[in-house]
Amino acid sequence: MAESPSPNAALSVNLHQQTPIPLDAEFTVAPGEILALIGPSGSGKSTALRSIAGLYAPSRARIVCNGAIWLDRDAGINLPARARRVGMVFQSYALFPHLTAAENVSEALGDLPAEARRDRARALLARVHLDGLEDRRPAELSGGEQQRVAVARALARRPDVLLLDEPFSAVDRVTRRRLRRELAELRRELPMPVILVTHDLDDVVRLADRICVMRRGQILQTGPVEQVMTRPSSAEIAELLDLAGDVPAVRQPRGSA
Amino acid sequence: MDWEALWLSLRLGGLTVLLLLPLSIALGRFLAMRPFRGKAFVEAAIALPLVLPPTVLGFYLLVAFGSATWLGQIYERLFGHTLVFTFEGLLAASVIINIPFAVQPAQRAFEAIALDLRDAAATCGLSWWRSLRRIELPLAWPGILTGMVLAFAHTLGEFGVVLMVGGNIPGETKTVAIAIYDRVQAFDNEAAGRMAALLLLISLAAIALSFALTKRVVRRYG
Repeated sequence: MAESPSPNAALSVNLHQQTPIPLDAEFTVAPGEILALIGPSGSGKSTALRSIAGLYAPSRARIVCNGAIWLDRDAGINLPARARRVGMVFQSYALFPHLTAAENVSEALGDLPAEARRDRARALLARVHLDGLEDRRPAELSGGEQQRVAVARALARRPDVLLLDEPFSAVDRVTRRRLRRELAELRRELPMPVILVTHDLDDVVRLADRICVMRRGQILQTGPVEQVMTRPSSAEIAELLDLAGDVPAVRQPRGSA
Repeated sequence: MDWEALWLSLRLGGLTVLLLLPLSIALGRFLAMRPFRGKAFVEAAIALPLVLPPTVLGFYLLVAFGSATWLGQIYERLFGHTLVFTFEGLLAASVIINIPFAVQPAQRAFEAIALDLRDAAATCGLSWWRSLRRIELPLAWPGILTGMVLAFAHTLGEFGVVLMVGGNIPGETKTVAIAIYDRVQAFDNEAAGRMAALLLLISLAAIALSFALTKRVVRRYG
């Protein structure tokens, strides 16, 4: 179910291919908006994210960010990841294990002079409440602290798009709640479109503005979180979202299961 | 003690390592990156010196370096003499026979770097060169170093290929391993024993050093 592209979209994404990973997805994200991609494993949500980051290119695809074409297979345009201003938080965080927290962040501040990089890395780490831990290596940080370093590193480039790939899946429940709260506070200052890949509805409810339900590479429904949660357009979506109580209400008018 | 032979061996080992270092990084990284057609064949070719009798390898190198092949002819035209029975020829042979010792540990080390880290380097905006210098090389360093130490120790001990390609010319191609053989042939067991013991100590020290460095790196980044 594709929406008509909103005129103020900062990011518009069109992904299509049959193999090896089927994809048939189109969506847009506005500045400052958080779009959640949700679906079971193998639904293509991580592939969609990697395509935006420039780590993967589906056979037919077009990605435009702030008017700049990042990917257009028909026109033969495919900017490499380092030429796209993206910030990405990996599921595994993918912190550089031999560098300190501050060095991890300052690696992403490539063009600045050394001193400015050091200052800005410290400021970014302070923003995610890691002051005092700048000189620790990832192995000396807790899971939650590592995730914060990953967020700070993703923001370091002043990205045009922030991509979060299951950012809370590797921590315990208490930490997860705290990180989610911190990200909810942080997001108010974030001017760029944010895409959050998750399979946890709590993440969606607490953080996202809109939700995109995916299955086998296809988008089943897109809309504001409340709308999709209260009025899933099919029993399948209700099931994917684990909205057990709502299923009968959906089934009756459609008469299908 | 044949100091001349020892100095020649150390020089040969050092230069071999120097030439193999960029080769092992480039080839090891290339092989670790992604599968391609014929990769198994390339890997087999690289491993070949491990299983081939040194005399077989030495024989082919001797033929290849001689003035009957295009390689030998080009070299002779450029430098006025053939590679055979020279230090340069010995060095070329030494580099070739040490390729598996240097490349395989480097390849394993690059393979061990999580794909996510390379992706993260790219999404952080790091150029290819900066990613190699700041992320991949520091992480692959223990493996690369292990390869260099193995190649160095192996060069000191190589016998068959040296004899085939280099002969036994003092100051030019007579390595300490050859000198030991020489001394034994002359019933000078005392000198042979001293040199053998020294070679043993150098090899042991080199390998212990590489193990210690590897362990330190692992402890740091654990």
